Amino acid sequence: MTDGVQPPDVALGAAPQATEAEERVSLASNWKLIWWRFRKHRLAMASCAVLILLYAVVLVPDFFSTQDPEASVASQAFIPVQRLSFLDGWRLSPWVPTITGRRNPVTLRMEWQADPSRRVRVHFLTRGYSYRVMGLFETDMHLLGTSPGSQNLYLLGTDRLGRDQWSRLMHGTRTSMTVGLVAVALSVVLGALLGGISGYFGGWPDLTIQRLVELLQSLPTIPIWLAMTAALPQDWPPQKVFFAITIILALIGWTTLARELRGRFLSLREEDFVLAAELAGCSRARIIARHMLPAVTSHIIATSTLAIPVLIVSETSLSYLGLGIRPPAISWGVLLQEAQNIQTIANAPWLLIPGVVVIVAVLAFNLVGDGLRDAADPYGH
Amino acid sequence: MLRVVLQRLVLLPLLLVVFSLAVFALVQAPPGDFLTSYISMLAASGSTVDQAQVEALKRQFGLDQPFHVQYVKWMQNLLRGDLGLSLEYQRPNAELIGDYLLLTVLLALCSFVFTWIMAVPAGIYSATHPRSALDYVLTVLNYVGVATPNFMLALILMWLAFSRFGISITGLFSPEYVQAPWSTARVVDLLKHIWLPMIVLGIAGTARLTRIMRANLLDELNKPYVVTARAKGLSEWRLILKYPVRVAINPLVSTIGWYLPQLFSGSLIVATVMNLPNIGPLLLRSLVSQDMYLAGAILMIYCFLTIVGTLISDILLAWLDPRIRMER
Repeated sequence: MTDGVQPPDVALGAAPQATEAEERVSLASNWKLIWWRFRKHRLAMASCAVLILLYAVVLVPDFFSTQDPEASVASQAFIPVQRLSFLDGWRLSPWVPTITGRRNPVTLRMEWQADPSRRVRVHFLTRGYSYRVMGLFETDMHLLGTSPGSQNLYLLGTDRLGRDQWSRLMHGTRTSMTVGLVAVALSVVLGALLGGISGYFGGWPDLTIQRLVELLQSLPTIPIWLAMTAALPQDWPPQKVFFAITIILALIGWTTLARELRGRFLSLREEDFVLAAELAGCSRARIIARHMLPAVTSHIIATSTLAIPVLIVSETSLSYLGLGIRPPAISWGVLLQEAQNIQTIANAPWLLIPGVVVIVAVLAFNLVGDGLRDAADPYGH
Repeated sequence: MLRVVLQRLVLLPLLLVVFSLAVFALVQAPPGDFLTSYISMLAASGSTVDQAQVEALKRQFGLDQPFHVQYVKWMQNLLRGDLGLSLEYQRPNAELIGDYLLLTVLLALCSFVFTWIMAVPAGIYSATHPRSALDYVLTVLNYVGVATPNFMLALILMWLAFSRFGISITGLFSPEYVQAPWSTARVVDLLKHIWLPMIVLGIAGTARLTRIMRANLLDELNKPYVVTARAKGLSEWRLILKYPVRVAINPLVSTIGWYLPQLFSGSLIVATVMNLPNIGPLLLRSLVSQDMYLAGAILMIYCFLTIVGTLISDILLAWLDPRIRMER
């Protein structure tokens, strides 16, 4: 372990002569130590890559889309998933089979046939519909696409209105991942503020805040969320609904965090370094901000990473029930609304794919959160 | 012990009053009321609206009175055990909720029992056989179980059953028993149907409890008292079940407090997807149609179930763990 190149295990005992590597450990900042420990969790590192990819989609969903997510062509409804092949013979040249629709004379349903002998070439970094990148500049560059004039690309098939599911999934990713992140950020601010006050001051502020937390925690979460979102006016624009939902999720979500932080602050208050700071004449605000908060920051980050997936699942469930994000806005839950009844799923099982993405995202957040929590724990093995 | 229970029982009515205020404010909050949405629905379908009838309905349900008058009236009725009239169905709410409440509680309790029966042995096995093949399988299953939203699981299972076996697994009864009065045959039919929603609802909790149980027991197994017991020649299974398991299970019991209520409100989503006779879908419909008295009654039932769930777990915990009993 002490090969000098790799940073050694942090829990090494004191050696009589400090080697170069040990010196690095003893001089490393807390964050560096956490990073070294976190790097050892291979699953957590892989999940990190998944999350970075997802947030890249959040930044520029249009770049990853192949078509306008709202463009609906009724004649192109329920096209199944197109298989993307990367090799043409032995040459690297991605293609998808041509699909042709034929109406079944008995059931009157469109039946789509893939014809691998007629290949549609797929280009990387190609031109498509134009969009604005984060509201800054306009471009028409897309990651994937077919040449103009040839058949459209339906990587994940189409829904009942003939909208391309892949492109809609990219836009849904933006909404759902943002809801989780913003709601957790709000919860952290609320939870850290109230939990910190509660734990540091004790007395009546503590009592009031604890009763409030208990009150909110004994509410039946999902029914209350539903009642609150049902109370949002029907004629609100999508952005306003989005922010309202985020605030509603955060309003109940902050309690767990506040509770944990209170516990941490209670035990930290007894530590010698806080007493030392008090004796040195530091103000309360300074003690909290300079000495106590840094000691719990890593814990806050780990806990909030674990809170994001819970909120993502909540948003998805609410939207699935029709009381969360509403169309025309797109989120994972809105996409899954297309798979409401068993007949639709049996005919078009690819409509469940957004659900798989939900599971992958939640899994990634959980693994990263677990890794962070272990890495942030100075007494861990 | 008795003091813990009494303390909680005294707090209960107070909590219910606070909740009832919040619930009433919530169901009142949407702009307009049931009548405005009812009238616009009638107008959309082309029928004319009789103004006199609207006024009569408004007076009958007290919709023309200010908030506090409506609330006091509603609360008085609740205290008398009267859940009020549904605006949409023009029938007593108690009649609409009826059997649904019993089935909702039954489903949650079944899932709860399922969770414990699965999670505790799985956790014990994982902890006593760390890094074995089955331990890895269980760990992967646990992560996936926690990550899968339960409506997704319901959809996937329904799809598999439909496409592989051609059966539709919705509802809690076969068609012939849906409206039938209670009988032995109906109970048997219920048991034949309830296992699937029970698993769907309980799987996430099972995964979480298994992980907690495994971690707790692993910590306990390294302690000196286990070595001592082993040195004294106690058989391995008896030793594990008698000492470390009992200590490791304690933090698990303390999760009942939030887990049981979570099952009550979680069943709302599963029931909607699987079309179960449950108060969840009823609440959803009443919220959409602004049937405020029905929504209010169901929300109050949820609050009540949640409080009772927490109370039960507090009592259980005090009964199981002498340290908590002594503290108070």
